[in-house]
Amino acid sequence: MTELSALVHGFGVILTPMNFGLMLVGIILGVVIGVLPGLGGANGVAILLPLTFTMSPTSAIVMLSCIYWGALFGGAITSVLFNIPGEPWSVATTFDGYPMAQKGLAGQALTAAFTSSFVGALVAVVMITFLAPLVAKFALKFGAPEYFAVYLLTFCSFVGMGKGSPFKILVSMALGFALAAVGMDTITGQLRMTFGLTELMRGFDFLIAVIGLFGIGEILLSMEEGLQFSGKKARINAKVVWETWKELPRYWVTSVRSALVGIWMGITPGGATPASFMSYGLAKKMSKNGPKFGTGEIEGVIAPETAAHAAGTSALLPMLALGIPGSPTAAVLLGGLLIWGLQPGPLLFVEQKDFVWGLIASMYLGNVVGLIVVLTTVPLFASILRIPFSIIAPVIIVICAIGAYTVHSAMLDVWFMLGFGVVGYVFKKLDYPLAPMVLALVLGDKAEDSFRQSMLVSQGDALIMWSNPLVGSITTLALIMLLWPLISKLLAAIRAPKAEQFPEEQPVD
Amino acid sequence: MSEQNSSETESPTVAKNNTVDALVAALIFVFGVVITIEAWRLGARWTSDGPGAGYFPFYIGLITIIASVGIFYQSVFGKSRDTGPFVNRVEAVRVLSVLLPATLYVLVVVFLGLYVASAIYIAGFMIFLGKYPPVKSIVLSVIIAAVFFVMFEVWFKVPLYKGTLEPLHFLGY
Repeated sequence: MTELSALVHGFGVILTPMNFGLMLVGIILGVVIGVLPGLGGANGVAILLPLTFTMSPTSAIVMLSCIYWGALFGGAITSVLFNIPGEPWSVATTFDGYPMAQKGLAGQALTAAFTSSFVGALVAVVMITFLAPLVAKFALKFGAPEYFAVYLLTFCSFVGMGKGSPFKILVSMALGFALAAVGMDTITGQLRMTFGLTELMRGFDFLIAVIGLFGIGEILLSMEEGLQFSGKKARINAKVVWETWKELPRYWVTSVRSALVGIWMGITPGGATPASFMSYGLAKKMSKNGPKFGTGEIEGVIAPETAAHAAGTSALLPMLALGIPGSPTAAVLLGGLLIWGLQPGPLLFVEQKDFVWGLIASMYLGNVVGLIVVLTTVPLFASILRIPFSIIAPVIIVICAIGAYTVHSAMLDVWFMLGFGVVGYVFKKLDYPLAPMVLALVLGDKAEDSFRQSMLVSQGDALIMWSNPLVGSITTLALIMLLWPLISKLLAAIRAPKAEQFPEEQPVD
Repeated sequence: MSEQNSSETESPTVAKNNTVDALVAALIFVFGVVITIEAWRLGARWTSDGPGAGYFPFYIGLITIIASVGIFYQSVFGKSRDTGPFVNRVEAVRVLSVLLPATLYVLVVVFLGLYVASAIYIAGFMIFLGKYPPVKSIVLSVIIAAVFFVMFEVWFKVPLYKGTLEPLHFLGY
């Protein structure tokens, strides 16, 4: 029970008026970011990161993680009221949330969404509290080959668990690694891929990529649809909340299942978005109300929201314990840790107890505060979306430009941001996943270092990746993940040869 | 939104999904080749003191090349290639109407600095794309820029780019 006493200590660290205030500010900013199109958890945190450089790391992470919780909550508001997912992970919430709002049940839908988000996050935080220290203790024994194997597993999981063309996932990842390699080589000190341009010596900062890919790209996508917001009104009062809460325990099976799906997808880098879709799909298949899904079933709101929030929260576990983020937003937070001078990874649990347990305690508190804030202030946030898009769009682009500039005080970064915006727009339209690129950009140098160190140890022998049972099993698992698209095709061919009867009529997807 | 969409679908398609897909794959292929060559030049092989600087990027370049060939093949010859519209004309015009002014905006920032350029950009966007009355647009955009100024320069003490011409020099920041 050392975890519990450490947690109590963590609460002691964060329960200062200053930190509590930052928490509130973070939650409110986060909800605003979640509601606005083009600003999301990842780029919202990226833009605000430079403002925290002067704060203490604990205060900074409390505020930034609260922005993340707020964004997770905020995505649901636009999904339910406007049928516009404010965040990719709330797309699945629109399926039943918006029909509920059309039936005049917006209050119930929002209460269900917020409460399930809260439940999902809570389950995930409890899991982090007890699992993260164990993982960290275990990871203390890791050497370079083990680390490289874990990096390999992270990236191969994208291929194995992602949907769509595995080639596109590979390209997205490779582009990230290539961009990460630009600049000074950390080992030999040589300049790489700069093509004689001194400005490129600094390399590509992933914060710029995040702001461009997710911010500008998203604005371009929203603009394409010529957004005309037409929203439903939401009335949330104590009675609606209470009535909905009385109803929710009936769906505990869905909640538990969704939370587990979310935790799994969050720790492995599946992320919140696929988690919400997967959980919605499972609920539709397994619930007795399944056929009615899509017409405004409350269960169809509970499932994706619980999973999304559980995944979003669990993504912080590998970030804290191993230094390997499970989602783009976790990657940005990891970037923050480096900037504040903390070394993410297992040693964090030994050397920075205040920071780690302060963060974990703030996850509990932040979600409670977040739930209360969103339940009481929904109409206020919904009114933000009534501001016309032709005012919001340029302001968001300006905010992105400011955010990109403040990272290194360099104008070139603003141009890069614009370039990344176009890439983000085209890639999204062509179904290239963006998360592998961002993670590769963040982890590029570290993955490369651990790879080169491993190769140095073994003098170039790749078999070092199977030199002991631990590293061997991680590497093997990674390779299975990498080849999973092929394996699953083979399995399907062996198992169901009869399905080939009408090959012409089968929809190809 | 549904009524609006029905008229949009009639707008002529500018490009098909698989055409753009193939084009992007070709660009990525070129990118991959550049990385591989550059990595080779840096030393992609074993040097006297371990793997060279281009050792890792070399393989990244190879993966890029192989994957881009795969995407190209899928988009041109694949059975499941998506021949749906990438953008139609209405959508293309809308996207460009944001992208081009945004590019212009960044260009203006270089000379006039973030604050002045942002005010001009927001006002312009509101007047030309949002069809707002000019006075209202200008007042609002100046207020927004002023809020940013106070927030960054005064409150957070994070100086933003003032431009090569420094039009706000008289403010003393």
